[in-house]
Amino acid sequence: MKRFADLFASLDETTKTNAKIAALADYFMVADAADAAWAVYFLTGRKPKQVVPTRFLRQWALEAAKVPDWLFDESYHAVGDLAETMALLMPEAPVASERPLHEWVEERLLPLRGADEGGQRRALLQAWAELDARQRFLWNKLITGAFRVGVSQQMVILGIARAADLAPSILAHRLMGEWRPTPEFFRALVAPGAAASDPSRPYPYFLATPLEGGPEQLGDISEWLAEWKWDGIRSQLIRRSGLTFLWSRGEELVTERFPEISAIGDRLPEGTVIDGEILPWNASGVLPFAELQRRIGRKSLTKKVLAEAPVTLLAYDLLEEGGVDLRELPLEQRRSRLAEIVAAFGPESRLKLSPTVEGESYADLAHQREASRQRNVEGLMLKRRSSPYRVGRVRGDWWKWKIDPYAIDAVLVYAQRGNGKRASLYTDYTFAVWDDGKLVPFAKAYSGLTDAEIRQVDAFIRKNTVEKFGPVRTVKPEMVFEIGFEGIARSTRHKSGIAVRFPRILRWRTDKTIDDADKLETLQAMVGPETPEEPNEQQELF
Amino acid sequence: MPLLTLSDAGLYCAAGGFHIDPWKPVARAVVTHAHADHLRGGSERYLVAKTGETVTRARLPDQAIIDTLPYGEQTRHQGVGISFHPAGHVLGSAQVRLEHQGEVWVASGDYRPGGGNPTCESFEPVRCHTFITESTFGLPIYRWKSAEDLTGDLNTWWRANADAGRASIVYAYSLGKAQRLLAMADPSIGPIFTHGAVERLNDAYRAAGVKLPPTQHAGKIEVKRGEKKPWAGSLIVAPPSAHGSTWVRTFAPFSAAIASGWMRIRGTRRRRAVDRGLVLSDHADWPGLLSAIEATGAEQVWVTHGYIAVLVRYLRERGIDAQGVETRFVGEAEAESGDEAPTEPTEAAP
Ligand SMILES: [Zn+2]
Repeated sequence: MKRFADLFASLDETTKTNAKIAALADYFMVADAADAAWAVYFLTGRKPKQVVPTRFLRQWALEAAKVPDWLFDESYHAVGDLAETMALLMPEAPVASERPLHEWVEERLLPLRGADEGGQRRALLQAWAELDARQRFLWNKLITGAFRVGVSQQMVILGIARAADLAPSILAHRLMGEWRPTPEFFRALVAPGAAASDPSRPYPYFLATPLEGGPEQLGDISEWLAEWKWDGIRSQLIRRSGLTFLWSRGEELVTERFPEISAIGDRLPEGTVIDGEILPWNASGVLPFAELQRRIGRKSLTKKVLAEAPVTLLAYDLLEEGGVDLRELPLEQRRSRLAEIVAAFGPESRLKLSPTVEGESYADLAHQREASRQRNVEGLMLKRRSSPYRVGRVRGDWWKWKIDPYAIDAVLVYAQRGNGKRASLYTDYTFAVWDDGKLVPFAKAYSGLTDAEIRQVDAFIRKNTVEKFGPVRTVKPEMVFEIGFEGIARSTRHKSGIAVRFPRILRWRTDKTIDDADKLETLQAMVGPETPEEPNEQQELF
Repeated sequence: MPLLTLSDAGLYCAAGGFHIDPWKPVARAVVTHAHADHLRGGSERYLVAKTGETVTRARLPDQAIIDTLPYGEQTRHQGVGISFHPAGHVLGSAQVRLEHQGEVWVASGDYRPGGGNPTCESFEPVRCHTFITESTFGLPIYRWKSAEDLTGDLNTWWRANADAGRASIVYAYSLGKAQRLLAMADPSIGPIFTHGAVERLNDAYRAAGVKLPPTQHAGKIEVKRGEKKPWAGSLIVAPPSAHGSTWVRTFAPFSAAIASGWMRIRGTRRRRAVDRGLVLSDHADWPGLLSAIEATGAEQVWVTHGYIAVLVRYLRERGIDAQGVETRFVGEAEAESGDEAPTEPTEAAP
């Protein structure tokens, strides 16, 4: 595990993409297939669930570190990360373990599941005693299910591609779908050739880049195809080997969760892959995203649920037809073939072609884009008509031209320390608006300020703490910020009666006093009459 | 009345009529070391340890009156015996031992036990009744690596950069940390350049007889048009304030590191956006604080400067009469002025 811990350290300590890719390539060049498989697993964001309850972890860490619990808490407070605090507090192992990663995972980590309390305690104390600081930090991250490192899937692909001397697109494809981290998997991953035998395997998505500034920079409008930017779940519907597979953007197989879409898949011609968006859709058209969340949150899909939150697959692109990969064809050709397939299902089908938005000029498109919110879309997509279907977020051919988010001026009322990178600073803020002379919290946000601003706000918070409650400081209401968000819905779970989606700090309004902050009524007016109640089950999407 | 009290100018010895590390101009200032948060201009007379003279001069106006006293020798002032004892922090850094009517107090200033720094005298514990200790790194998460390991880390990193044709820039406080780093660096890897602020103090160190590897003030190097720049493969030592400046950009391509005890925490390291954090501190780590305090045999411990509340509670739970003392030694010095300003100045003085 030493080598993987070293890789983690190299990835963690540099901010340069090239250095990260080089470190990955170095690792995969020499790693044993059994270790490399687990490395790919962790580096691409997969992780075993935490099986040891945090309170036990803390208790046993205290035991190993021989510090009183209050001192553990003070240390945690300064570090801001449990796995790291535990690693820093424990004495150095006299001899660092040389056991490989796959043994640590398969023989030490996975068996923690199902072990009783005493067994888990013995296993952890033993592990900590065998590991040096680097490995211990990594191990703690793995057992707390918090392993995260600053590499994108694309960097991992480029690193392995360099080590195995393969085209990144082949690797990207082989990494899609479901796989288990076995030595066989890794050997197949880096094997020469382009074989992809698993019928369920989706293609890597081509992702659009946000368009900064106006679209005029894109040149002749006739080269571009405009579509609405829909707010649903990006998906791939696959029909191969007589089977249907529906994948979500998060690379999760959701075939069972959307039976009405799977039914369409069953009727597709053999060897077809469609890229599209799952949207909540009833007789009157598309519904707000919250409706889809209501559906996702349900444990069981009763007839009632299916009737209340019906979905449609809006097709964007055709990636495979008759078992042939079409991704190199120009978008226009792919779309016309797609249109034929969709047309066969008829106008009432739950499979629809994503309509194009026709515009004479960019000004015309900009005008239509103004109506995005009323249409329950997030703006426009601009795709080059001649573009191939690329892998990942590649600039140049596909742009998302989103509407400005909602914005409101709000007062900073609570603050909490950040995590990881910002552990020692107060960076997690709660904002409030006025309601009948009182400040009512309505959103939490922790991004959008510059480092210099964060330090200033941090200093203000420390000087103006009215009350401390656990990690939360109540701050004297004085600072006003402009908060942007992507969506808004009613909510009974929130004190303000409002839930906002993706709130973030747009800017610090040093020019405003708290009296200038917005009122709750302003937010209520933004909700609009038909917006449904935000569902309770699926909290993490908000 | 205790031998030392806290006045609005800092620690004050009424019997002797002098202050220790005052933050306002006073008549007589006994100074533990030349870092800006301990040494302020404007006092009528200064008393410092003999080996700290050149660095103190480098940091005070020319007309300042500076008296010196070799380590271990005692001078008397109004019946109070004053002596300096090595603190292991920077060149000439001293613990101040006061003796009056049989009672002994020691004010530590900043200190680092453990030795392994050839650019300054190693810390020596001094028996006393009352010990005033700093607590900059007063949490058990702070434990330092050995001098050999740190030297290995620095040179391995420098060599890897040199092999890749990059310069290696280390940000380190110009008084003390920079020279300790220079003494660790292996000059066979490549040339060593410095920022002007560092070079001035290198001169003061060399004038005091400390051996440092050859260094060149980067600002004095002229690169003619068309000529190859000399930076590739070199080590460049600069103060933290140079981080992100246009001055630094002239050395591209380079890899950058910060040398500081705070680099022990991953989040702090990442927030500073450098390639490498060298966990190198001239302060005591947690075991260092505890062993130093124990070695004094003190009945009473005053804790200043850092994690005051934590260390006080820990010592009390071990039966030591400890109390926190608010000083202004820290908090105003984020950049070059302090020696190792913590990321959270206010946290240090709860
Ligand atoms: Zn100092």
